[in-house]
Formats: sequence, C-alpha cells, structure tokens
Amino acid sequence: MSKSEAISWFRIQEMFRFQSFHMYGIIGTAVVLGIIITYVIKKYKLRDYQGNPIVFTPKEMSVSRYLIGGIIFGLGWALTGACPGPMFVNIGFQYWSILIAVVGALAGTYMYGVIKDRLPR
Amino acid sequence: MLVLLFFGKSFGFSSNLRTICAACGAGKTVKLFDFDWRSQIWNLLFLVGAIIGGFIASEFLSNGEAVQISQATIQDLSALGISAPEGMQPEEIFSLENAFSLKGFLILLLGGFAVGFGARYAGGCTSGHAISGISNLQLPSLIAVIGFFIGGLFTTWILMPLIFNE
Repeated sequence: MSKSEAISWFRIQEMFRFQSFHMYGIIGTAVVLGIIITYVIKKYKLRDYQGNPIVFTPKEMSVSRYLIGGIIFGLGWALTGACPGPMFVNIGFQYWSILIAVVGALAGTYMYGVIKDRLPR
Repeated sequence: MLVLLFFGKSFGFSSNLRTICAACGAGKTVKLFDFDWRSQIWNLLFLVGAIIGGFIASEFLSNGEAVQISQATIQDLSALGISAPEGMQPEEIFSLENAFSLKGFLILLLGGFAVGFGARYAGGCTSGHAISGISNLQLPSLIAVIGFFIGGLFTTWILMPLIFNE
C-alpha cells in the first residue's frame, strides 16, 4: 500500500481531480483480482484454514444508508487524504499528526454507535 | 505483488475502529460496541501489521522521494497554497506545527470524524466496499462508492477552496 503511494494525501487529491490514472489503476487492479478470487472461491467452494467454508454475506439492501454514509465518508476522505487503513500505515511512517485524524475517526465511530437508531437507513 | 498482498490484508479495515471502541469499554453504554472484541483479534493484528509495514517501508524501502503527482494537480494545489510534494504528505496539513494550529487541528479531527462516522454508517470503507464489495458484485457497495465520490468531489472542489483560500 505504501509502495503504491495510496497512503498519500497528494494521490487522493489527484484522484478526485481526475488528473491521473494512478489510483484508479490500483483500485481497478485490486477489484479485478478480487472478482477472480471471489469467483474461484465460490466455484470450488474453498475452505479457510479451519476447514470452514468461506461464505460471502450479502449486504442488506438500502440506498439511503450507503449513499449518505458514503458521502460523509468521502467528505473526510478527501480532506485528510486517508481512509482507515492508510491512517495506520501513516503512523508507521511517523506522520504523527495523523493521530489526530485517528482520534477523530474513533470519535466518529463512537458517535455513530450512539445515534445509530435515529438515522435513516 | 507485495502491494497486493498488503491490500489483501487490509480488507475490512474500518471495523477495527469499532473494535477499538469496544476494547476501550464503550460496550457498557452503547449497544453497537457490546460484543466480544477479542474475537476480532486477528483483524487487529492486521492493523498492527499496517503500522509496522508503514514503518519498514518508510525506513528501508523508501528513498525519500516525493510523490510524483501530475503537473496539473501540483498547479491546482499551489493555487490553494499547498506546495508541491516533498514526501508522502503535504507540510501544510501534516507538519506538527500546522497540525496543532487551530485550523490544521480541526481539518484532521473533523476529517477523521467524518471518515469514522461515514464508514460505520455506510458499513465499510474503501477496502470493504470499493474492493471487497464490488469484487463480490454487490449493489450496495457500488452505491457506497458513488457516495464516496460525491463526498470526495464536494470536498475537493467546493470545501477546499473555502478552507485554504481565506
């Protein structure tokens, strides 16, 4: 992830400005590989290391939840240039200020837990 | 290949935020966090792995070169007062000095808040929806990714000029 620079704020900006194929290439490659892996697992009914079948749980259908949640996520993603994974890679990179964003993300997660039942789904 | 293996491990990252909340004892007051967080310990190990991976990459694999973003992006950003990359992250936001100014602190805190809140609301983040979800051809994931872009484009084109061009 770090080698591909997907953790860089600059790369995320570039993506949202549609000025480079870089991030789309990374995500696209991952998706294509993911589709193949998912297909192979389903077709051959592969099992995990404990011998349990690998099951893909379909997500509950809802438009508003995914759209509104997604928009809020996107607002923060473009601003901090980091989604949850890269945030932690950035700690390893010793960009200590990302810890503020991590604290924010934890607070956001907590807040969601508190007001969850009052949100449209 | 190394990169992809790393990606493979990061699937479903945002659920770790929920696990940490639970581990800190939030389950006592809020139902969402009332589960056995120890069952998620493998996922948490990936998180630790991500930090260690970042450390190894920055210490031993990186040559300290700046990110090679396109000229167009450099120009757009400089119009906002953000200088061309010298490392992975912009000094204007991530240097300790700026991160602890009121504005910088709020950018990181509120941005992080939106990421944490939105990820739980939408039921996943970039790895969970854009990569795992679409791989499994899930319509909700596609909707969520469209949402990611609506939000991201709004920040990029409307909020950022307001924030950085005072």
